[in-house]
Amino acid sequence: MANRTPLYDAHLAHGAKIVDFGGWDMPLHYGSQLEEHHHVRRTAGMFDVSHMTVVDLAGDNTRAFLRHLLANNVDRLQVSGKALYSCMLNERGGVIDDLIVYFLREDWFRLVVNAATRDKDMAWITRQAQAFAVTVTERPELAMIAVQGPQAREHVHALLDAELSAKAVALAPFNAVDGDKFFVARTGYTGEDGYEVILPAARATGFWNTLAQAGVKPCGLGARDTLRLEAGMNLYGADMTEDTTPLVSGLTWTVAWEPATRDFIGRPALEAQRADGVPQKLVGLVLNGKGVLRNHQKVVVEGVGEGEITSGSFSPTLGVAIALARVPAATGTDCQVDMRGKLISARVVKAPFVRNGKSCIEIDER
Amino acid sequence: MSNVPSDLRYAKSHEWLRKESDGTVTLGITHHAQDLLGDMVFVETPDVGRTLKPGEACAVVESVKAASDVYSPINGEVVEGNEALATSPELVNNEPYAAGWIARLKPANSAELDGLMDAAAYQAFLDSEAH
Repeated sequence: MANRTPLYDAHLAHGAKIVDFGGWDMPLHYGSQLEEHHHVRRTAGMFDVSHMTVVDLAGDNTRAFLRHLLANNVDRLQVSGKALYSCMLNERGGVIDDLIVYFLREDWFRLVVNAATRDKDMAWITRQAQAFAVTVTERPELAMIAVQGPQAREHVHALLDAELSAKAVALAPFNAVDGDKFFVARTGYTGEDGYEVILPAARATGFWNTLAQAGVKPCGLGARDTLRLEAGMNLYGADMTEDTTPLVSGLTWTVAWEPATRDFIGRPALEAQRADGVPQKLVGLVLNGKGVLRNHQKVVVEGVGEGEITSGSFSPTLGVAIALARVPAATGTDCQVDMRGKLISARVVKAPFVRNGKSCIEIDER
Repeated sequence: MSNVPSDLRYAKSHEWLRKESDGTVTLGITHHAQDLLGDMVFVETPDVGRTLKPGEACAVVESVKAASDVYSPINGEVVEGNEALATSPELVNNEPYAAGWIARLKPANSAELDGLMDAAAYQAFLDSEAH
């Protein structure tokens, strides 16, 4: 039987259509994916992300371990609660997973990694941790709920005690506060303000239902995918894999090259690719015309070469098809996409497409 | 959950057909089909005057999840496409048997409809597919 989160029964009670996602029974939508998407952009929605893996790292050498494990540099984390997005690379510079690392104390960092990659991540992290005498502890007893949208934070504040609420109000983006029961992080995967709340499994259903009664709409994986795509955020397994480096995945900004003496896993491979010339880039596409861009459609760049859509969908906010695509580095501002045998023109843009409810690109009026 | 009106005929590819009083036949996709596809974002209806054969792809319904062909279950000529779907594709989700119809056909031989599944047979087909 598939894994189920502590919120499974709540999903059924809210009318969820359940699908398998990386071995988990998860809600795809609760009726309309489009309505859920708009609700997050306009007010507030919530997502069960309890399937994601919370891993606590303990030991005096944890910082040194993470300096070696991650392509981004945890020395950027000096204030307790600060978060950092990073890739975890293999020796070839390929992406094993992308994750968020939170600095809590010098002997305690917390990672949140993807659900579908859990087993290989745990094996890799545990193996690499041995040389640093760092203890790796998964926290399956914790649930995780993402509350996202322009009104999301105030909805969450109402559920916290006065002390934690005051701390949450004061949080800067990409920072977290660890309360007694609730770990509240001002992070997300939608391009909207909001929180990701880590809490004991036994409290998850109460937290969820109270938010639902307050008007926070339950949202499924479908809306989560269109929201993150509009926000120009990569999806592991689609936009980057073990066979692609951050440099060809739009994630060069997450690689901390300085100091040059920091010996992180995959560094020699990335330096070699950079010296040879990075052959491809990940770009945003906007379809000129009707239809929906889909994963794996071929991208044709006249006089340059070919690429592929890594994440394609319909943008509910913009009303057009959008995509992330891996294309030759020399690609300019236009391309064509092979859609069911026809070449349809598309425009190359810089992601994100949407941030904080507003379009970041120009859309032709048609 | 199933929603299979008794006055329609059905194809295994999840289209429905309804005989109208003027001798034409209305074509759409079933509640089950729209539920599988999810929220519609584009619908491409067939051109008026086009002649269709059974099993011929005549329309495309495209949802957030996937693009899917719609097949004509009978021989006939297209007399009207549902223009409302150009601006309101969600009608296919909300009213698959009413405002979400896709095309109207003039059947070459209206007896062809009798060879298609009735509601009971389509329901049985759905039940067998679910197992």
